[in-house]
Amino acid sequence: MYVAVKGGEKAIANAHALLAKEGRGDAASPRVTYEQIAGQMPVLVARVMNEGSMYDRELAARAILQAQGDVLEAITLVRSYRTTLPRYGYTEPVDTAELPPQRRVSATFKDIPGGQQLGATFDYTHRLFAENGFGGPTIEDENEVEHDEEMPRVADLLGAEALMEPERPRGFEDVEPSDITREPMVFPISRAERLQALARGDEGFLLSLGYSTQRGFGRTHPFVGEVRVGEVEVDYVAPELGFAVPLGRIELTECQMVNQFTGSADTPAQFTRGYGLVFGRAERKAMSMSLVDRALRHEEFAERIVAPAQDEEFVVTHADNVEAAGFVEHLKLPHYVDFQAELGLVRRLNKEFHERADVAASAPAAEETEALA
Amino acid sequence: MNQTQQAEAPAEGSDAIQRRQRWMHALALAETGALASAWANWTPQPEVEAIRGPEAGLVMVRSRIDAGGNKFNLGEATVVRATVRLHGAPLAADVLGTSYLLGTDLEHARLAAIFDGLLADETLRERVLAEVIAPLELEQAERDAARRADARATLVDFFTVSREHE
Repeated sequence: MYVAVKGGEKAIANAHALLAKEGRGDAASPRVTYEQIAGQMPVLVARVMNEGSMYDRELAARAILQAQGDVLEAITLVRSYRTTLPRYGYTEPVDTAELPPQRRVSATFKDIPGGQQLGATFDYTHRLFAENGFGGPTIEDENEVEHDEEMPRVADLLGAEALMEPERPRGFEDVEPSDITREPMVFPISRAERLQALARGDEGFLLSLGYSTQRGFGRTHPFVGEVRVGEVEVDYVAPELGFAVPLGRIELTECQMVNQFTGSADTPAQFTRGYGLVFGRAERKAMSMSLVDRALRHEEFAERIVAPAQDEEFVVTHADNVEAAGFVEHLKLPHYVDFQAELGLVRRLNKEFHERADVAASAPAAEETEALA
Repeated sequence: MNQTQQAEAPAEGSDAIQRRQRWMHALALAETGALASAWANWTPQPEVEAIRGPEAGLVMVRSRIDAGGNKFNLGEATVVRATVRLHGAPLAADVLGTSYLLGTDLEHARLAAIFDGLLADETLRERVLAEVIAPLELEQAERDAARRADARATLVDFFTVSREHE
């Protein structure tokens, strides 16, 4: 049990001032602005938006700056802020294939309609330091290519051959998903709730779990069917207007993982899906999410549960890094009363242990006396 | 208030709604600065009365599992909204203008609501479309085309190298 402490106001105020001082660095070098963070650290901003579960580049950048780059602190700031705003409602489902993507690659098919488009990627970079101050290369003559070519989803190409699990199963009803930010989760949860939890889950945790499935802890035989990065239009039906109002665009990264499935008594062999969708440019997160999503679908395919990545409650409850950080880090706060109670207990047990030892030591002597008697 | 033209509520997908969605889209994607200068240069200006907001809130962004299956909640996004009533000189009657757009820029929401109001007035609509909306759409089309050209410059042609002993 945690018992509150009082006092220390001045020390706490000074500690905060010292924190600000430590975060300022060399006073001779200019302060970083949040606009610079938003523009020049877009991947970090995407991470904070995802795990903060709120799309707003500017606020995420401000959070990163205020948190001195502590990603989890920044995420916590974003999560706290979102609780202060009213929720107007739910948007219409976004269509990830509506606008031309910036990046779209497939590891399963080489020749796909619209082509493989690398977009802005760290892939194929040499992972060597660039010269300090080097602004990076410039885009050279653009290919003589069709700009308006359609880019259908790769998964649909397999779907057309019936080799892919359909995205709408038989008896599809388009149910309203439960919202984990509004209703408490009761396990087992739906795939929709799982995806919501994974989308806001910790990237590192999901990466490790995804990696564990590749290493044999719940094998899923994955291939990247498609990774797509680009903007989508967001529409919201405002109740007082009665039609879908276009709100603007957000950037998303989508990963469709294609997984082997050997078939069962009622289903022929086909490929199955793992799905990842995240805010901004966050490909590693989207890929990890799709691996974990597929691993958690074991029940649908009657797969044996043998690995942590397949344990829904374990994965979902431990993926939230705001909860995780809160519970781990609260340990450093004053636990004096708590600890006093533990200290008393350990002292008493310790005393009892020594008393027993003393009795045991004197017991043989007692036997001897009896024998002599 | 009773002479205010309420936004008629014709059936979803009707021409009137599609036209309004189109200009709302242009206003939502516009830079606040562009709207501010368009409004500053707009004459004659009707009086603007704030009915609601501008105020900030959230929407929960939804998508579909596997892109086309059941809906799921992806995460929230900040939204600003405003409703204004315009009355006075150039207008045939009082009109209401409403905006909803992504972000936390309250001024963007206010200006978008004002132009939505102007566009509700049939005598002004053509002028607003020509002088404000069309240039915004042109700029957006140029931005999109530039982004698209950059993206298409990364189109890659992988070829698989056949193995020697196969």
